Formats: sequence, structure tokens, C-alpha cells
Amino acid sequence: MRRRLPHWVSRSFEPLIEWTIRLCGWSAIFFVFGILFFVFREAAPALTSGLNLKEFFTSQNWRPDSTIQPQFGILALMAGTASVTLLAMAIAVPGGLGAAIFVSEYCAPKTREGLKIVIEFLAAIPSVVWGFVGAMVLNPLIITATGAPIGINILNGGIILALMSVPIIMSVGEDALRAVPDTYREAAVALGASRWQIVYKVLFPAAKNGLLAAALLGVGRAVGETMAVLMATGHAVQIPHSLLDPVRTLTATIAAELGETVEGGLHYRVLFVIGSLLMIMTLAVNLTADLIVKGIRGRQDA
Amino acid sequence: MRYTRLTPITTLACAASLIVGCSRGEKRDTASPPAAGSGVVIRITGSDTMVNLVQAWAENYKKKRPDVSVQVAGGGSGVGIAGLIDGILDLAASSREMEPSEIERATQKHGGVKPKEYAVALDALSVYVHKDNPLEAIAVEDLAEIYGDKGKIDKWSQLGVKVPGCASDTIVRVGRQNSSGTYVYFREAVLGRQREYKLGSIDQSGSKDVVALVGRTPCAIGYSGMAYATPEVKPIKLAKQKGQPPVAPSSQSALDKSYPLARALYLYSPGEPKPHVKEFLDWVLSPEGQKIVTDIGFVPVHGS
Repeated sequence: MRRRLPHWVSRSFEPLIEWTIRLCGWSAIFFVFGILFFVFREAAPALTSGLNLKEFFTSQNWRPDSTIQPQFGILALMAGTASVTLLAMAIAVPGGLGAAIFVSEYCAPKTREGLKIVIEFLAAIPSVVWGFVGAMVLNPLIITATGAPIGINILNGGIILALMSVPIIMSVGEDALRAVPDTYREAAVALGASRWQIVYKVLFPAAKNGLLAAALLGVGRAVGETMAVLMATGHAVQIPHSLLDPVRTLTATIAAELGETVEGGLHYRVLFVIGSLLMIMTLAVNLTADLIVKGIRGRQDA
Repeated sequence: MRYTRLTPITTLACAASLIVGCSRGEKRDTASPPAAGSGVVIRITGSDTMVNLVQAWAENYKKKRPDVSVQVAGGGSGVGIAGLIDGILDLAASSREMEPSEIERATQKHGGVKPKEYAVALDALSVYVHKDNPLEAIAVEDLAEIYGDKGKIDKWSQLGVKVPGCASDTIVRVGRQNSSGTYVYFREAVLGRQREYKLGSIDQSGSKDVVALVGRTPCAIGYSGMAYATPEVKPIKLAKQKGQPPVAPSSQSALDKSYPLARALYLYSPGEPKPHVKEFLDWVLSPEGQKIVTDIGFVPVHGS
């Protein structure tokens, strides 16, 4: 049924397709700058209209809606984001890289496929469902296990975020390890190295860039995650003193409060300032990762 | 070649639907087209305390007036009032009165027309503890010391009770997010206009979430509408002052205002309501509409 297009048609289509593809490539840059511009534009008026930057970064009083005296201090929120992210990474980086090493170096091909499917399935679970697991399942478990007064806290959020980041860290890490040529392994075996020695002395140095990228992608996921931490960390504005204290994160604050703000009001603007801050943070993480990776590569090439 | 003839038609159809979509979007950006086709839509957004109630009204009103579609969304009274000011709603549901500043903003935005207030139900805002908690009653001053900024009470033993399953003795304060009307009402009624909340409370996004969390957490105390009581939690009696007799939240105590946190639940219209909205409001306040209030667990405006 299908007829071939005449030659001149396909000829004239080619530049069109080429341009479409080119546009797709450039659009990524366009969108990044577009979003940056939009977020900064919404945030900027706050800096000139009453937001005290010193208070913003050093006060832990977050009372944006107060009828007495609105206070915009994000110290406690930053502490919340930092503590949950650090705990999640402390669990997920060793866990994810361990899983990557096991899957790529230790296990039989059949087990590997099975394991990969299951672990990657973890990545497909929506974050709201994770939040639900945190609030309904982990909460009572943590209370009975630790005797804490409340189970939705840093520990809960950290565990949930770690479980969410492990699949990413694992699959990127595994790719990095498998990209190391087999000749390296063969050479190490020929020298009489044990399996662990191969991993530790040969694969780690060879796959350093990829493993670092895996860890940083995990950090990115953890910093930006919103729904799960909103439900699992307790959403309480305070500087935590232990792993069992509930906290509130920057992302959860934006998600919870943007709906009630009147467009153009100070509260609205300040939430966009927080959004800009989050963007600067993730950009910084990505940029450092890039620079480190480039630095390593540069030295290796030299 | 078959599809070359179809393509212009589909393109036209697409373009037409785009244009229709746009012109509709300018006027009412949150409304999706009503299911009945030609019917009118009433959009109600706001209070999470009232969301079940308004939903029940919407469903029952549908039986009476199938041509009118009532669309209900929650998010908190603050969200509803912000939507009212922005002019994207027919009615805002609110579990608190509008602030004078909000009324002023809405009036400015709508060409000098003041929003109209309808008290549509009564609620005894209940203070809940875990069902194993032996506490039976509390005075409003003590509640303020628990929830208020620089408050002195943070242990259950300070209230003279030992809570089973709460080894740490810490009072876990469960509250609402600041978009909530209940959050604002509780602050004004318990802490007074000059006092802030103590930071570090567990802020939940819904009335139901507060009760569910208190039910799972022996150390917790929380506040939520009377209709949200479950077997897992216990509403405690409140005394207006220390030494006065504590009153349990009930329809009687909500109606005669002997309960300290008796409040009204409101629907706000951005001005004089349109005829079909007015008809809905009349029905809500009729015996038929007020019976649904009782069914959901709140108190009718004029008693049952």
C-alpha cells in the first residue's frame, strides 16, 4: 500500500528534518535559560521590596503569613534540606555503588538481569507513593524501634530518599564499571589479583568519573525531591538536633505554600527566591561534578 | 494518497478546537468543560475542613439540578480566598472569616464590590489526642502554652498525665499548613492576635491527615474539625479558663457557643452571586442542604 515518495520530495524534506533535529538540540539550552529567567524575574522584586537578606539566611523563623510581623528566615529549612540529603547520601552512595559492583562484577548473568529489573522498578515508583510508605509504614516502625515521639523525621525522609536514589546510582555506576575494558580485568587476574583487589585497585580508579557522576546524580535527585519528603519528614520548621527530629525542606515549603500566595505578593516572591536558591545549588553541584570529571580526565590525558 | 484528503480537515478541526480552547481559557482558566455539555458550572475551592461537606452538597445538588455542575477543590481556605481575590472562583470555602485586608484586596480587584459572606455550617474545632492518652480535658491557656511561641508546656507530665506508648514524654504538636483556615482560626482563638505559633510543629496539609497522624502517634496532640473524629483518636474537653467546667465538642456546645472553639464555616462569593450560584446557596441553607451538614458530622446553622 505504501508508495515511495518521489525523489524531489524526500530531498526537500531533508533540510526540514535536519532543522527540526537541530531545534530539538538547541531547545534544551533555550528551556534552561527560559526557566532561569522566569524564576529570577519572579524572585527579583523581593530583593528590592522588603526582604532582608541577612535575616533570610540567618534567622530560623519562617512565618510568612503572620498577621503580626511576617518573618522570612530559611536557616531551619536549609538545615532540613541539608540533613535529609546528607543522610540519604550516606545510605544511598555506598548502597548504590555496592549494588553496582555486585551486579557488574560478582553475580551470574541470569541473576544480574533479574536484579537489574527489580532495582530499576524501584525507580519507576512515583514519589507520592514513597511518601505514603514513609508516612504510613515507616512512621510506626520508627516509633517502636527507636522510642522516638514521632516517626516522620530525618531518619524516615533519609531512608525514603535513599531508596529513591539507589536505582539511579546503581544503574549509572554499573554502566561506568562495565565500560572499563575487560583487558584491565584480565591483566589483573593474570597478576594474581583477587576479585576484591580488582574492584578496589583497578576498576575504581578506571571508572572514577562515572562513579562520581552516579553519586552526584543521586544528590541531585535527593535535593530536588519534593512530594516524598513533604510527607515523610514531618514538615516542621526547626533546626534538628538528632536524626529523630522532624524537619522541613526548601522544596516542600514551596510545594506546600505556593498555592495560597497571591500572585506578586512578598510571600510569593520569597518562594521564588527559594526556588532560585535551589536552582543555584543544583547548578553548583552539576558544575563541580563537571569540573572534577574534566580535571581528572585532563590529568589522565597528560 | 488517502490521508491527503483527511489532513486538511483534521488540521482545521485542531485549529478550531485550539481557538475555542483559547477563548474559553481567557475567561475561566481553571474550569474544565462541564460533563453535561450545555450546563452551567459552579466552581468552589478552599477549606480542606469543608471539602467533604461541599463535595456532598455537589453530589446531592446534581440529583436535583442535573444541568448544574458543581466543581469542588480543596487546598485550604487561604487557597480559596486567594482564588476569590484573583477572580477565578464562583465561591470560596473558608473555615475562617476573611481578614479585613483580604476583603479590601478583593474589593479593589472587583471594582469596589465587596465579597459576600454566607455562614453555611457550624463546627466545634476539636483537640484530639491518641485514644490511649488518659488526658480528658485541658484549659485554653494550657493549650496556648503548648502551641504558642515561648510556651512553657512541652511534656505530658506537665499536664499531669503519663501517656502509654510515649516513653519520651514529649508532646508532639500536630498542626496545619499555613494555607489552612483552621490554622489561622486556631491561632486567633487559642493564642490570641498577638502571639505566634511555636515553630517545630508537624504541619499537615489536610484535616484528615492531622487525625490520622495523631491516631498513629501516642505522643501527639492535634486540632481538626469535629467531623473528622475516628476511633483511633479522642477529642478532649476544653475549658475557657482554668477552673471553669470543661465542655466537650458537640452539636449542642457548638450551637450555644459554650465550647471555646465553636466556629462557623463559610462560603464567600466575590460579590452578589450570579442567579445559578444564588440558587445553590439557597438550597445549601434549606433544610435539605442542612441535613447533609448533619450527615457529614458538622452542625447545621440553625441547630438540628
